[in-house]
Amino acid sequence: MYIIVVGAGKVGWNLARELLDKGHEVTMIESDRRRYLTVEQELEHNISYGDASELWVLERAGIQRADMVIAVTGDDEDNMLICQVAREKYQVERIIARVNNPRNRPHFDLLGIKPSVSATDLILRLLEHEVPEYGLVHLLDLQEEQLEIIEMLLGKDSGVTGRRVGDLDMPEGSLLISVLRSGKGFVPGPDTVLEPGDEVLAVLDPGHEEQLKELFGPAQNGAGAGG
Amino acid sequence: MFVLIVGCGRVGSTVARAMLREGHEVSCLDEDPESHARLEVGLDKGWEDLGGQFTVGAGLETDALVAAGIERADAFIASTDGDNTNIVIAQIAQRRYDVPTVIARILDPLRAEWYAGQGLHTVCPTRVAIDMLESAVREGASRTSPDQPEEPAETA
Repeated sequence: MYIIVVGAGKVGWNLARELLDKGHEVTMIESDRRRYLTVEQELEHNISYGDASELWVLERAGIQRADMVIAVTGDDEDNMLICQVAREKYQVERIIARVNNPRNRPHFDLLGIKPSVSATDLILRLLEHEVPEYGLVHLLDLQEEQLEIIEMLLGKDSGVTGRRVGDLDMPEGSLLISVLRSGKGFVPGPDTVLEPGDEVLAVLDPGHEEQLKELFGPAQNGAGAGG
Repeated sequence: MFVLIVGCGRVGSTVARAMLREGHEVSCLDEDPESHARLEVGLDKGWEDLGGQFTVGAGLETDALVAAGIERADAFIASTDGDNTNIVIAQIAQRRYDVPTVIARILDPLRAEWYAGQGLHTVCPTRVAIDMLESAVREGASRTSPDQPEEPAETA
């Protein structure tokens, strides 16, 4: 694949190295002269100097034949613009944008720039994963496909422990796909009985999180159906 | 008419004063609190005393845009010093807030031209300067060498 990586900061540079190692053809674009000269010592002709939000700079880098454009500069507006132009003007099939400020993510979505990656969001996700009080962990969000996979740790007070999977009142549009018990995962059958400490994975249509949280979370007073 | 101007530099502030003088309601948004002073250049009263509004914040911050009144804006002018910022916030005004009149200042002629083709109302001061300079040179040339036959002006 021919891939253009915009922004030769730490993210961009390491990304370019990995992509080159995997045998892809890569051109980086960097607008800071000093940074360009540093990276150029290693990447040589694989990096070009210029402001990638100028269309002629993108054209000089061969954007017309690029299979993918990855914008990872430290500036969200630049990343948005570069990706928008890449897709809409130059019909680049695949784009990836870095989101520096997670609050800007709605703007990326508004302009149709997908996928966008935010390191801050990723770390928050990890934090959710490490801190069980958060309860529900997003493992995968496929916005376009309207699908998500979540993980939940069953506490001692969970309303579903000791119950058969087949007896659970799973919300429509959700499915229990895996149970992790003592470090091993398996696909639960209707007769699987859930235990405290189980980590359950469920696939669901977006919007069912709250119902699942209620189902798998601490039992309500007067537990059971209704309550 | 309620006019929201994001980016209160020389251009933004001058347009803001002119709009206010014409009797429009004007709100300005700028990251730099100091830019408020620029709004009051040549005014005998304070900006707020004359009915103007000023909010400190970045054009990409939803909270700042809402505080500055984007939800009821009839016109939106993106005149920050960043082309890409202007392009992005103008599209936000257009698509998310349905502002009827949205204008973006874009210094780079190539970007201005392409986004204009995409339906964005763009103003490109660089393009205007290029055209004026070219015609000034042509005028000068035709005055200093009247014997030379005048070449027909190239049209794009």
